[in-house]
Amino acid sequence: MKTLNEMKLTIESRSVNEGFARGAVALFSSQLDPTVEEITEIKTAVSEAVTNCIVHAYKQTIGLIYINAKIFDDNSIRIKIRDKGCGIDNIKRAMEPSFTTDPASERAGLGFAIMSAFTDNIKVYSSPGKGTSVLLCKKIKSKGQKICRQPETSKETS
Amino acid sequence: MPVTTQIKDNSIIAYLSGEIDQHSSKTIRDEIDLCIKSVPNLSSLTLDFKSVTFMDSSGVGLVMGRYRLAEIVGCSLILTNLPPHIKRVMKLSGIEKIAKIN
Repeated sequence: MKTLNEMKLTIESRSVNEGFARGAVALFSSQLDPTVEEITEIKTAVSEAVTNCIVHAYKQTIGLIYINAKIFDDNSIRIKIRDKGCGIDNIKRAMEPSFTTDPASERAGLGFAIMSAFTDNIKVYSSPGKGTSVLLCKKIKSKGQKICRQPETSKETS
Repeated sequence: MPVTTQIKDNSIIAYLSGEIDQHSSKTIRDEIDLCIKSVPNLSSLTLDFKSVTFMDSSGVGLVMGRYRLAEIVGCSLILTNLPPHIKRVMKLSGIEKIAKIN
C-alpha cells in the first residue's frame, strides 16, 4: 500500500479546537472524493477522539494533541490521534459503550463506540502516565475510482 | 447563539443550531436549564435539531442530562426534526428508549 499524501497537525487541548481538528481532517480526506455521509463519519470519529484527549487525557490541563492523517492508494485514510496525557489503565473497559470515568459531566461514554461504528478499524495504544494513540482506518467506498486529484495547472492568458 | 428558546403555555421549544460538540454543549445546556427553571409547572421540553449541522456524542450527553432534569421537574422530553446523521448517533446510544423522537 502506497502513501499518496500526508498531513500533520498539532493543536492545544482546548475545546474550541475540536471543530478545527475535525474540519481539517475532513477537508484533507475530501481528496478521496467521499460522500457527505462518509465525510460526516470521519468528522464524528475525529471529534470523539480529540474530545477524549481534551476531557480525559489532559483533564484540566492544556497539553498537545498530535494528529496525523495519511491517504493510501487503495482509497483509504488512516488517522492517528495521539496525546501525552494520563493514559488509559484498562482499554477494554474504556471501549465498552456507556462506560465513563466522568458521569457528573454528562459524558455519554459513547466515544469509542461511535469511532468503531463510523470507521472500518480502530486500534488503541496506551501507557498509563505517558499517553494514548488512537488509530482510525477507513476506506472510502463511494466513488472509489477517483483517487488523489492532481492540482490543476493554471492556464496562462494569452 | 447555538440555541434559541421559545416558551408557549407550559412548554419549551429549544431550537438548536450549528455544530454540537463538547465545546458548544456547555452553552446550550446552561441556556436550556435556565429556561427550564423559569417556567413553573412545565409540561414538555422539545429539542428541535432541524438546524444542527453536526453532532457527536456530546449531543447525546446533552440529551441524557436534560432527560434527568425533565424527570426531576416532571415534564416530558421530545426530540424533533433530527437529520439522518444525528438520528444515527442517537440510535447508537439507545436514547430512543427514554426520549420520544418525532
